[in-house]
Amino acid sequence: MARYDRAITVFSPDGHLFQVEYALEAVRKGNAAVGVRGTDTIVLGVEKKSTVKLQDSRSVRKIVSLDDHIGLACAGLKADARVLINRARIECQSHRLTVEDPVTVEYITRYIAGLQQKYTQSGGVRPFGLSTLIVGFDPYTGVPSLYQTDPSGTFSAWKANATGRNSNSMREFLEKNYKETSGQETVKLAIRALLEVVESGGKNIEVGVMTKEGLKQLEESEIDAIVAEIEAEKAAAEAAKKPASKET
Amino acid sequence: MECVFGMVGKGFALVVADTSAVNSILVHKSNEDKIMVLDSHKLMGASGEAGDRAQFTEYVQKNVALYQYRNGIPLTTKAAANFMRGELATALRKNPYMVNIVLAGHDKETGPSLYFIDYIATLHKVDKAAFGYGSYFALSMMDRHYHPNMTVDEAVKLADQCIEEIRSRLVVAPQNFVIKIVDKDGAREHSWRRTTKD
Repeated sequence: MARYDRAITVFSPDGHLFQVEYALEAVRKGNAAVGVRGTDTIVLGVEKKSTVKLQDSRSVRKIVSLDDHIGLACAGLKADARVLINRARIECQSHRLTVEDPVTVEYITRYIAGLQQKYTQSGGVRPFGLSTLIVGFDPYTGVPSLYQTDPSGTFSAWKANATGRNSNSMREFLEKNYKETSGQETVKLAIRALLEVVESGGKNIEVGVMTKEGLKQLEESEIDAIVAEIEAEKAAAEAAKKPASKET
Repeated sequence: MECVFGMVGKGFALVVADTSAVNSILVHKSNEDKIMVLDSHKLMGASGEAGDRAQFTEYVQKNVALYQYRNGIPLTTKAAANFMRGELATALRKNPYMVNIVLAGHDKETGPSLYFIDYIATLHKVDKAAFGYGSYFALSMMDRHYHPNMTVDEAVKLADQCIEEIRSRLVVAPQNFVIKIVDKDGAREHSWRRTTKD
C-alpha cells in the first residue's frame, strides 16, 4: 500500500487514489462548516477556534464572497483555500467580461471542482486539501442553491450539508431535523447544527447569510442573540417533557 | 466628432458625453451611452474607436470589481486612474487602445476628483477636461465660466452652455448628449439633452 501514495497519478491495485483520500483526511481535521438552504435564504456557518488571544479576528474571514451573489465557506487547508478562492473570483469576473452575465452557482461550482480535479491528474502536484460549500441565488431564476465540492473534484447540490470536523454528527442532526425553512428559521437551523459540535457562543461561530440582496456576515452580538434563543427553546422543550415523565 | 467633457464641483463631479455612434458618414444610433459606471462611486466617459472603447472600459470595470472582492474595499479614484494609465501604457507600443477617457470619482476621504487620460497614456488630475473636436469649444467655455466649488445647478448650466457652443459651432455636431454625476451618494445618470428621438 505504501508504494502507491507517492505519485498522485498512480492508482493502487484496488482502485484507490491514496493522495485524494489523504486530502479528505486533511479536510476531516479542518474546522466544522455547515450550509443550509431555505426557500429565500441560504446560511453558511463555520467554527471559529477562539484559542488565539492576540490574533486580530477580523483578518481571518472564513466565509467569503466570490461575487455579489455567490458565497463560499470551506474546511481544510486554509492556504489552499486562498488560492482556490482567488482563481474563482477571477473566473467570476472573467465570465462577466466575456458573456456580459454573472455566473450561475452551478457554473462556478463546476469550475472550482474542475480545478480540484486537475490537481488529482497532474504530475508532481498534490490535490487541494479542502472541501468547499458554495451558496448563491441563480441570477435569472432566483432559485437558491447550496453545492459542495471535495478534493477529488466531485460536486453535488444539497439541501443541507456539513464538512470538516465532526461533519457526520452535524449531517445526522440535519437529516433528522431538516425541513423547508425561510428567513431567520434557516439561520437558526444552521446554528443549531453547528452547536452540536462546537462550543456555544458568538465568538466560536462565524455565520454568513445569503439573501437576494447579497451575503451578510452576522455580528457576534447577533449570533449571541440567536444562540440564546436556541438555548431558551431547548430549555422549554426539556421542561415540557419533564412533567409528562413524572406522571408515569 | 465625439465629445466628452467633465468638471469638478462642490462635492461632486460631472461628466458629459455625446451619444452618437458613427461609422464614416452613417449614424448608427444616437443614444449610445459612452459614460460607463465603473463602480458605485466612479464614472468613466470614453471616446475613440468603438471596439477599443468597449473592450478597454469593460476590462477595467471587471478588474476594478475583482480588486474589491480580493481586498474587501473598493479602489480609490486615483488608484483606478493609475491602473488604467498603466494598462494603456503597456499596450501602447504593441497594440494601442485608441480610447480617450475622462474619469470622475468620489472618495469618502478626498472628495470628488477628475482625471484626464488620453490614448497614449497621459494622466492628469484636473478640474475640467475635454476630448474631441468639441473640446475646443467646451474648454474655452469652461475656462471663461468655471469657478471652484460650483453647485450642481451652476455646473449643469455651464455644461449646457458648452453643449450649446458645440451644437452651433461644430460642423457635424452630435445630436444628443448625456450628463452623468457622481457624488457622495454614488454615480448616476443626471439627464439627457436631445435634439432627436431615437
